[in-house]
Amino acid sequence: MSMTLDTRPDASRTTRSNQKLSVIDCDIHPLAQTPGEITQFLPVQWREYVETWGGFYRQALANTLSHPRIAPDVARHDAYPPKGPPGSDLAFMSEQHLDANNVEYGMLMPLNRGPGNQRNLEFGAALSSAVNDWQVAYWTSRDERLRASIVIPQEDAGAAVAEIEKRAGDASFVQIMVPPRSLEPLGRKRYWPIYQAAVECNLPIALHVSGINGFASTASGFPSYYIEEHHSNVQGMQSLITSLVFEGVFERFPELRIVLVEGGIVWAQALRWRLDKHWQKFRSELPHIKRPPSEYVSRHIWFTTQPLDEPERPQDLAAIFQDIGIDRIMFSTDYPHWDFDDPRFVLGKLGLAPDLAQQIFSGNAKALYNL
Amino acid sequence: MAERSRKNDSDNHKPPAGKSRHVVARIDDVAPGERMRVTIGRRTIALFNLDGEFFALGDICPHEFGSLCKGKLSGLARSNAPGEYAIERPGEFIKCPWHGWEFDIRTGQSYCDPETMRARSFPASVAKGADIVEYESGPVKGPYVADTYPVHIADDYVVIEV
Amino acid sequence: MPLTAETPSLFGPPAIDCDIHISVPSTDVLLPYLDAYWYDAFVSRGIDRTSFEMTGDSPGAPHSARPDWRPSAGRPGSDLPLLKGALDAFGTSAAIANCIFGGVALHSADMAGVMCRAVNQWVKEEWLDKEPRLRASILVPQNSPEHAVAEIEHWAPDTRFVQVLMLAGGKELLGQRYHWPMYEAAARYGLTIGVHAGSLYHHPLATSFGSYQAEDYVAQSFAFESQTLSLVSEGVFQKFPDLKVVFLESGVTWLPACLWRFNKTWRGVRPEIPWVERFPADIVREHVRLTVQPFDAPDMADGLRHWCDQMGTDEMLLFATDFPHWHFDGADAFPLSGDSSLARPILFDNPLATYARLHAVEQEDAIP
Repeated sequence: MSMTLDTRPDASRTTRSNQKLSVIDCDIHPLAQTPGEITQFLPVQWREYVETWGGFYRQALANTLSHPRIAPDVARHDAYPPKGPPGSDLAFMSEQHLDANNVEYGMLMPLNRGPGNQRNLEFGAALSSAVNDWQVAYWTSRDERLRASIVIPQEDAGAAVAEIEKRAGDASFVQIMVPPRSLEPLGRKRYWPIYQAAVECNLPIALHVSGINGFASTASGFPSYYIEEHHSNVQGMQSLITSLVFEGVFERFPELRIVLVEGGIVWAQALRWRLDKHWQKFRSELPHIKRPPSEYVSRHIWFTTQPLDEPERPQDLAAIFQDIGIDRIMFSTDYPHWDFDDPRFVLGKLGLAPDLAQQIFSGNAKALYNL
Repeated sequence: MAERSRKNDSDNHKPPAGKSRHVVARIDDVAPGERMRVTIGRRTIALFNLDGEFFALGDICPHEFGSLCKGKLSGLARSNAPGEYAIERPGEFIKCPWHGWEFDIRTGQSYCDPETMRARSFPASVAKGADIVEYESGPVKGPYVADTYPVHIADDYVVIEV
Repeated sequence: MPLTAETPSLFGPPAIDCDIHISVPSTDVLLPYLDAYWYDAFVSRGIDRTSFEMTGDSPGAPHSARPDWRPSAGRPGSDLPLLKGALDAFGTSAAIANCIFGGVALHSADMAGVMCRAVNQWVKEEWLDKEPRLRASILVPQNSPEHAVAEIEHWAPDTRFVQVLMLAGGKELLGQRYHWPMYEAAARYGLTIGVHAGSLYHHPLATSFGSYQAEDYVAQSFAFESQTLSLVSEGVFQKFPDLKVVFLESGVTWLPACLWRFNKTWRGVRPEIPWVERFPADIVREHVRLTVQPFDAPDMADGLRHWCDQMGTDEMLLFATDFPHWHFDGADAFPLSGDSSLARPILFDNPLATYARLHAVEQEDAIP
């Protein structure tokens, strides 16, 4: 019985007698406790570069995004470890999340405006490598549940391929990470060497909402408010699918697997309908597309659950998930971000039979990532 | 529903039928503007002190089960027109530490979905120690059982009815 | 012809077509409507011989016109007899014509304004005056509220103009206060705001510029999604409680998922936009309407029913053929039976309720 404000991680939730499902979390955000934790892995000339020049992005502000987040550190208010920002303390993360929520495996998605956004391409390549070294040194080597994502400088295809090949033999890396808001839509041919390397190394590509490409995040300009900007992650994912499909990426790379992380899911139903309907009229512009677009989506694209869509009629969630394909949906929490999804909440909302729910909670990720 | 507790509300000795009262803290344990999480049986309850008045809400957010006690205290952002911003009733709302849903500490009502969502609200009152030892045996539980009463018999305690 | 309930359409109940297209056949048709300065400018600079066809709107593209709606000469949408034939075939009581002309994309607001005035004048004389079933939108340069308001004020007395027309891809999101003088004027005259698929390309339609027009066409629905967020978040409907916005040629089925997500985010981010005091989805239900062609679903009949069930309302959808664009074959513009409970609302009641000025059939104080 507590007498004082409890500042420990939510230990009262450790025993989850009502949580029978094993969980694979496909979206966890580790953070460096200090910048030095990452920059220590940079060659000395790049360490000096960072100290002198800092980051260089396609936006006005040097150290923050142009729409301040609604929560400090984008985080849950209760996710602050005794020292360092949310997500920077493995022991705290274990107790509050990995242990408490029965996480069997967790996929790391390092953000921090990403090396792929750096305008200085050589620096971006060096920083990508440093982030990848850091993931191993501070996370995957310390907790066998965790898996890393190969961060790459996607605007420099040659350097990106080199980084992929460098990490491909390391089983701690289970996928390649690219921001959806790249300079050109990701279906464009300049990025195809990355897809070639991905299929050769048999690694999926994870696209986590992010990216600073200098363009507005909507077709009609920069939104005023964070609430609009947050939502525009959806349009970003929709554009991404459209580009990958219509550019013929899946025709050229029939083995390619794509994971869309943190973009939501249910909008994909109407998008598939729209792609199929209008493709018919554009066939002479797209002679390289041999199948209906929705087939490419079904075959090649996976979605993570967080933030879980909340239809006004709860039963629509299961119906739409089944239409998109239960086997394409993978559970995620986005820990430690503020719009975190608790597994018990997701389980309650899914309204699916236990075997289907288990596919979402772990089966599909096990199959995709070969766990 | 919630009754406004008064600083010296020691008149009402007997809880309504089906309810029991539990001593959960001394009033000094929760200073004005502070909060404390307490457990009564299987319930976790967030206890708040608003300027000397005590309010108790179910700790579990009705959205995704975050702990309200770990949330941020705030006022209510209001507006009369686009571009106008104001804060009303500072410190009287608790925001869930996860998705930021706002709950009126006094009533448990959520601000984003007042029709269907609210945090469970429990009547909280202050009772004098002298009165507590006169309660009949049984319902009074809590940390201050037996061994603390003789020491703090003159103090004021926070009592929650569930 | 007065709009009455006794003129059944091909589909059963009477029908009001809320999105048909008129095209300016060539820029020189606008010359008679220019003053001396602008006439001189157009002719001396060769503007009258310049095509203002818009990107993504190639007249040769399959979606630009159904084969039987393609004129033998000239651009699709420039042939009045073909349009009359379509109205006759559907038994349409009234049709709202949208004339989009590329002049709105010019960066010179003055020139864009002049072109809009000329286009609207041409629409009035060559279309509205010649076909009593027609109504029209006022084309405005949406990037210049000053010119847009002048255009609205000029045409408002002619009640055959029922809507103010802008494109889904503008320079700024339509909710932003910069545009509010247009909404103030529109609301004052009972004009709706019509947002049509299309872009001025100040920004890419997608995250960046793709290779194919197909991508940009599909991306139109993403633009409408962004506009939904903007119009509600900025508080346009708090400020203008009588305003109605119509999404034209948006695809429709993207909306429910958008609103669910918007509601969910708003619950946690509410303090950022404290003037939004109820669920965004409810605000949209009250103020936004959508035309039904194209309707992005494998089966339109099932899709219409399902959409109305999900949205919990039958008041949001407006019948349209999107003539002469090719979204259906033959007379399959409306797949539900005339007895269906959704038929009369979509075909007639909702358009009449949305376009207040449709009730004013007689033209008073006609402008020269």
